[in-house]
Amino acid sequence: MAGIKFQNVSFAYGEKQILRDFSLSVEDAQIMCLLGPSGCGKTTLMRCLLGLNRPSSGEIWLGDRCLFSKERRINIPPERRGIGVVFQDYAVWPHMTVMENVCYPLKKQRLPKDEMEKKAKYALEQVRMGDYAPYLPSQLSGGQQQRVAIARALVSSDEVIVMDEPITNLDAKLREEMLAEIRQIQKNIGTTILYITHDQEASLQLCDKMAIMDASGALCQIGTDEDIILRPAERFVFEFIGVSNFFTLTRKSGNWCFFDREDMPYTGTVPAEFEAVGRVDMGVRPNGIVFDDAIAEGSPSPIRGTIRRSVFLGSEYNLFVDLNGQEVRVQRSAFTGTGGVQEGAEVGLTFLSPKFYPVKEAA
Amino acid sequence: MSFLRKRRGGADLAAMEGRHIGVDGLMTGLSFILLFIIVVIPIFMIVYNAFFYEGKFDLSLFTSVIFEKENLKAMGNTVIIALAVTVFGTIMGLFYAWLLGRSDIPAKGFMRALFTIPYMFPPFFGAMAWDLLFSGRAGYINRWLMSTFGLRQPPVNINSLGGIIFVECSYYFPFVFMQVVSALERMDPTLEESARIAGARQSQVIWKITLPLVKPAISAGALLILISSLAHFGVPSILGFSKNIYTLPTMIYALINKSGGSFEGIRQGTALSILLVAVVAIALVVQKYVLSSGSYDIIKGKSMRPTLIKLRGAKYPLLLLASLTLLVIVVVPLVMIFLVALVKAYGLPLTWANFSFSNYVKVFESPATMDSIKNSLFLSVTAGIVCMFLGVMIAYVINRIRPRGKGLLEILSILPYSIPGTVLAIGVILSWSGSLAGINLYNTIWIILVAYMARYLSFSMKSASASLQQVNASLEEASRACGATHTESLKDITLPLIKPAMVSGFFLIFLPAMRELTTSVLLYGPYSRTLGVQIFALRDAGMIPQASALASVAIVIIIVCNAIVTEITKDRKGA
Repeated sequence: MAGIKFQNVSFAYGEKQILRDFSLSVEDAQIMCLLGPSGCGKTTLMRCLLGLNRPSSGEIWLGDRCLFSKERRINIPPERRGIGVVFQDYAVWPHMTVMENVCYPLKKQRLPKDEMEKKAKYALEQVRMGDYAPYLPSQLSGGQQQRVAIARALVSSDEVIVMDEPITNLDAKLREEMLAEIRQIQKNIGTTILYITHDQEASLQLCDKMAIMDASGALCQIGTDEDIILRPAERFVFEFIGVSNFFTLTRKSGNWCFFDREDMPYTGTVPAEFEAVGRVDMGVRPNGIVFDDAIAEGSPSPIRGTIRRSVFLGSEYNLFVDLNGQEVRVQRSAFTGTGGVQEGAEVGLTFLSPKFYPVKEAA
Repeated sequence: MSFLRKRRGGADLAAMEGRHIGVDGLMTGLSFILLFIIVVIPIFMIVYNAFFYEGKFDLSLFTSVIFEKENLKAMGNTVIIALAVTVFGTIMGLFYAWLLGRSDIPAKGFMRALFTIPYMFPPFFGAMAWDLLFSGRAGYINRWLMSTFGLRQPPVNINSLGGIIFVECSYYFPFVFMQVVSALERMDPTLEESARIAGARQSQVIWKITLPLVKPAISAGALLILISSLAHFGVPSILGFSKNIYTLPTMIYALINKSGGSFEGIRQGTALSILLVAVVAIALVVQKYVLSSGSYDIIKGKSMRPTLIKLRGAKYPLLLLASLTLLVIVVVPLVMIFLVALVKAYGLPLTWANFSFSNYVKVFESPATMDSIKNSLFLSVTAGIVCMFLGVMIAYVINRIRPRGKGLLEILSILPYSIPGTVLAIGVILSWSGSLAGINLYNTIWIILVAYMARYLSFSMKSASASLQQVNASLEEASRACGATHTESLKDITLPLIKPAMVSGFFLIFLPAMRELTTSVLLYGPYSRTLGVQIFALRDAGMIPQASALASVAIVIIIVCNAIVTEITKDRKGA
């Protein structure tokens, strides 16, 4: 049982700086999801933790064990770090059977043979691959290989497991089951899990805490899932974790208004700190926009748009609304009866729980 | 090392375990050192000895050797032969590749197997066979023609430039044939079909679509022919010596042979070597400009079923032509070698009455011959095994460890492949005859081994490299994370996964080394004759039936080994 701590870790591939003074702590017996767009350095960070990449600065700790320290010249080789890993491409050894794959880490731990088999079998049961012990990886589907990789990671370490997009190749139903399974296994043995993904839905189901990285490899926000979703600290986080609509509001004659148009005022409250700048970006989720019949035609604040397209998605409708030339995405539940709205209809719009960020300068 | 460790202090956990050098560093260092010894030193020694005499820069030898009339003539011959072989070999390879790859000619599989046979046998066996048939007044066919038609002069003289070109052609055209056949097979047939749909006639499709698309394959094959022919020793030596026709490689051999291995002869050979290398280098550059080889993505990796062109009326005439070609270039030389091996004395008519197995008895009773077989087996197996591991190590360093200077490593391991065997042999002589650190391997079997290793290392390196690229690096990383050390990961994961490539790498070296002549003919000593050298020497001494008997033994060995290779590679595909 041990937490993970990155302290000021930097890493560069040749000229390309991937991580700059990156610090992150994962508490003991927690599942931490590291989310970021592809190419942001998630996998690089994982490789530094595993000892496959050698950072140019900083320290990496596992519990009270120092795995890497530039200053103290410590660099424990990968095989003695005791971290289980599930690689993105599974890395199941094609020349060994499923059983041999799972037994390999135990063999390296020099476990007695009967105990080894017991442990390997149990791990395979947990990922529901017990019946496939004598199979070769080439006889398995991608999803099954991924589960073998998870079983192998489970037996290699009780302390820490790192997973790099481990469920991308499973179908939706199995994916949900595996996530629940991983969660359950983690509860049972109290392993610390660092889960790397760009899929925020999976991480919501799984994690205790989330950390968001931006494309430059910097940590944007770290917090519980609710924190991240409901109180995104930066515009990047807001945009990254879901579909978003952004409106630039400008301050005219003491009022905030849309599209520089005084006849389209925003009636909600904008934090006072933006008044000095006079401009603010307002972000709203598609399901944060509701149609409001009270804003009738000819009313004093005509925030009205025209429905261009309506897409039925099963449990909800995706509506594309034209508001003064800007396309706005709105989501409505299909079960409330009022979901489907005629294309071409005009509707009044109200914005719920908007978030305000400084205006992004057009680069 | 201990000094470094002490200096870094006790806090350095990793250093305390000796991790600073580690397996990676060891392999990288070893690769550089070995390639330096095997490749760099011989090349350096050639250049040094050609231009420096007793420590001083001296061009006199170089210019005097180069401008000697005979040497100029040899250079001319080399270029003429190589160009002619390249042109005719390419045309021939291309024609038969198209015939077997794109037309509806019958018995394709059978003919294809036969067409690759010349690839397996050393060309000098063919030269021996053709010499038996057409050499001046002594050749069997020449004599028959002269007596039948009452001719005064032998109608065909194989001991001529034309003869050399003909024999080399028949052994080198498979280079183009095999390259083009595989390119034609991998070509997307819809490319041709859409041209037909767009209104092109069959002949226009061939000229405007098919040919341009296989151009890279043609140029790769043609280049192989050109380089091999420039550096070729066997055929011109067997067919040319009796009529004083020399090429650069045979001239180098003659110079060194004449001087009885004295340093002066070797120095002259060195100067000629530089000339030969220069010719090869020019050929490489010219080919780069003339036939710029692009690669087309439209050639897919997958094998597809192409539309076959109906030959209609031309079908059977073309089949006859192909069969005749096969008969002439494959069957006749092989049969000739086996027949002459049975005849009691060279020159006797080939009738039952004159046949016996006495030549085989003589061959197997002669200790020199048995030694040569043993030597060749030892050399081929040792070079095969050593190069197999060395090739894997260098491929691993280049593909996985990627140290600084990996490009240099790659060039060094592939370079000897385009250096003529004769030149390499001279480099090895200059390096390991006592002039460096007093190491004298001359006249021992070890000097041949060193030369073989330099010559064939690139084969196993390329084979291992291609295989390593298929094995994802994460497989090894996963085993590191599972608690295996680097060495254990190599042993448990990487090596088992590239084992098939290692085995085929071994045979890629074993087979050509078994029949090698070019380098060993310059390097052998009294106790280190190889199979090729022994056949060459027997023939040189006029014991032609015995030479043929030994050659037929070599042919059987080669066929058996090839069968084994095919069996092994078949198993791998089945698994």
